[in-house]
Amino acid sequence: MKARAFSYFRAATIDQALDAHARAGDDARFIAGGQSLVPALSLRLQAPRLLIDITHIGELRGVSREGGHLRIGALTRHCEMLSEPLIAEFAPLLHAAAPFVAHPAIRNRGTFGGSVALADPASEFPAMTLALDAEIEIAGASGRRRVKADDFFVDLFETALQPGELITAVYVPLFKADQRFAFDELARRRGDYALVGCGIMATCTDDLIDDIRISFFSVGNTPTRAKGAEATLIGSRLDAERIAAAQAALQGDLAPPDSDEVPPAMRLHLARVLLGRLLGRLGEGA
Amino acid sequence: MSGFDGTLLDESDATVRVRFVVNGRKVACEVAPRETLVDCLRNALELTGTHAGCEMGACGACLVQLDGRAVHSCLMFAVQADGATIDTIEGLTESGVIADLQAEFHRRNALQCGFCTPGMLVNAHELLSQVAQPSREEIRDALSGNYCRCTGYEAIVDAIDAVAKARSEGGGAT
Repeated sequence: MKARAFSYFRAATIDQALDAHARAGDDARFIAGGQSLVPALSLRLQAPRLLIDITHIGELRGVSREGGHLRIGALTRHCEMLSEPLIAEFAPLLHAAAPFVAHPAIRNRGTFGGSVALADPASEFPAMTLALDAEIEIAGASGRRRVKADDFFVDLFETALQPGELITAVYVPLFKADQRFAFDELARRRGDYALVGCGIMATCTDDLIDDIRISFFSVGNTPTRAKGAEATLIGSRLDAERIAAAQAALQGDLAPPDSDEVPPAMRLHLARVLLGRLLGRLGEGA
Repeated sequence: MSGFDGTLLDESDATVRVRFVVNGRKVACEVAPRETLVDCLRNALELTGTHAGCEMGACGACLVQLDGRAVHSCLMFAVQADGATIDTIEGLTESGVIADLQAEFHRRNALQCGFCTPGMLVNAHELLSQVAQPSREEIRDALSGNYCRCTGYEAIVDAIDAVAKARSEGGGAT
């Protein structure tokens, strides 16, 4: 349970961090909150030569409005998702998801950018970037680029991030008056990884759904949008019949992995139950 | 511009000097980069009230306050804490800020072997500093990352609940 020896470098700027990574021949890891990376190092699942501490890079901090987006700096801690007024007002789905992320002490250290970069398929925040149609800003040797959340999650713990690149911020479209959101998850105990979780963003005219994004986590190798369920709901009201149709559509949207603990049929059932509850809440104007 | 010295890569076994304020006192120690904060506190500073349990952030026995917030000292390396203010169970005890919690844990048998107790107290202290009157449900939720293998948790929730009520009434716990 002790990490292999490594060198440690505290970067002051993004350029310093990228440079150090390159000069270590990419045998390096960036560390921010470290709440997943430190156990991975202790268990020697990873053993880089160099650990680059990015927590003192000012540019990665802060939450601010930029045009039609909320810019959430990569170093924003999970606990700040609960305490930051701009998040509560303009990204309420993240505010609603935050209490479900791990335990309080983990939330005091863990960072939003780190969670998205790790892309744990059972994590709340990566899936919420999908529901929010967020854009992920990435810094690398060739400069900055922005990637849509829809294009970011590639496979199990695999993202659009290339070796030596790091997330600088996540841009979330500002929450509007005609939008509704809902979040919940099913776990055996609070703080455990969810058996199934889901976040929804919907844009409505009166009770008619103009647009909806439904994102599940803990259902496969990546956070997953339920596009079939979304399609059954657009242009409709959230009555019992439509909700049942959306629940049925999950059969084609989700393909939970085989697991002794939670068989695929059980996970799919739980996903349908959860979707029914959340759409019910949305219909009530939640 | 870089600030990164490539020779660092060949010195992974070399110790580095870190400075913190631990329990109100400035301290400096030599640590290997791979040494976790909990190992540094226990071995170098001989503050053994902080316990190393699972060493992977699951059990909560190693909680300390870092710059005023409860964190797992097993989930960070001591070098990351360079420049930080750390308060361990020893410091919180000396300052008296958790004396009522400790008395109530004792009175209600909210511990048996005591291994989890420092982490429980650090967590309870943070909860009560943020929420004056948490419900029992909120207390249980806040303790979800702290394992106790002796008590079954009821007495711990009782003790925190009693202290919350006593504090909000402006007196000590009964």
